[in-house]
Amino acid sequence: MNRSEFNQGLKGGLIIALSSAPFAVLFGAVASDNGLSVMEAGLMSATVYAGASQLVGIELFGHHVAPWLIVLSVFAVNFRHILYSAALTRYIAHFTPVQKFLTFFLLTDPQFAEAVQRGESGRGVSFPWYIGFGAAIYFPWLFFSVVGAFFGRMMGDPRALAIDVLLPVYFLGLVIGFRRKPGFYPVVVGSALGSVLGYHFVGSPWHVSIGAAVGVAVAAFLPLPTESVPANAVTEMES
Amino acid sequence: MTDLISVDMALLILAAAVATFLTRIGGYVLITRMTTIPPRMEQALNAVPAAVLTTLVAPAFFNGGWDVKIAMLAALVVGIRYPGLLPLGAGWAAAMLCRHLLGF
Repeated sequence: MNRSEFNQGLKGGLIIALSSAPFAVLFGAVASDNGLSVMEAGLMSATVYAGASQLVGIELFGHHVAPWLIVLSVFAVNFRHILYSAALTRYIAHFTPVQKFLTFFLLTDPQFAEAVQRGESGRGVSFPWYIGFGAAIYFPWLFFSVVGAFFGRMMGDPRALAIDVLLPVYFLGLVIGFRRKPGFYPVVVGSALGSVLGYHFVGSPWHVSIGAAVGVAVAAFLPLPTESVPANAVTEMES
Repeated sequence: MTDLISVDMALLILAAAVATFLTRIGGYVLITRMTTIPPRMEQALNAVPAAVLTTLVAPAFFNGGWDVKIAMLAALVVGIRYPGLLPLGAGWAAAMLCRHLLGF
């Protein structure tokens, strides 16, 4: 293991862990509010490990929705990960099968954003960095979920503490970080329109997949760079 | 609320976990079966992060009240100049200001 890469990953991951701790506590609190035990909330954070979809699942548990529909909704909210793993593949071709398994298990929004940023900047995605970054998010996520489930009923109103704005604001910051990529503005406009219209006419959680599909389709139909360069060179030129 | 695990709930959670893992490895399985990546697909894949993250942002902005809109605009203004946690802090502070001092 490369120590400095691992430590660098840990450090980066801890920042994410801190900013996602309120959501883990929120998830635990909502879970116990919807009838899950502390162990069940912990099991969900340990095995599903995907914040937004865990909250969607919990919401549906509370409404006694059919189990297959809950699983389908979790799949829909997480559908974006198919696109993530496709885009990440080129940077982790050198990983062993076990390393790949762990890599995909730990693949979250911030993990993907950071890994792709490293890959595109030419620093490369090493397994020690990736696992350090992932572990620094995974274990606090599990810990704070359990804490939230224990103390769920004691926590104040999440609105009064403005906990509810943290998630969209955090994702907004990530979007801003991509603004220098080619085609950024048409993609964002397409994706925003698709998700807002999808939200109104189809409903949550489908707006995530619909909006993403529109944004990706816009990118696919944008004119290609005029010179015919190999696909990999295009990626390197962007950063 | 008990501190035990019910079998039904555990099975449901594990099914959700398997569904989630399938999405996480699905793109890898699809892409490694293709020998070359066409340039348009390459361009589409490059747009994935911004496209997906936008869908978590835009509906929150349009469906949110003035407090949420102001918080997100504050984060946008700060985020254009400073990356990292500063836009998060700016958005949170703006929301607290709206809710506790301005009464939105």
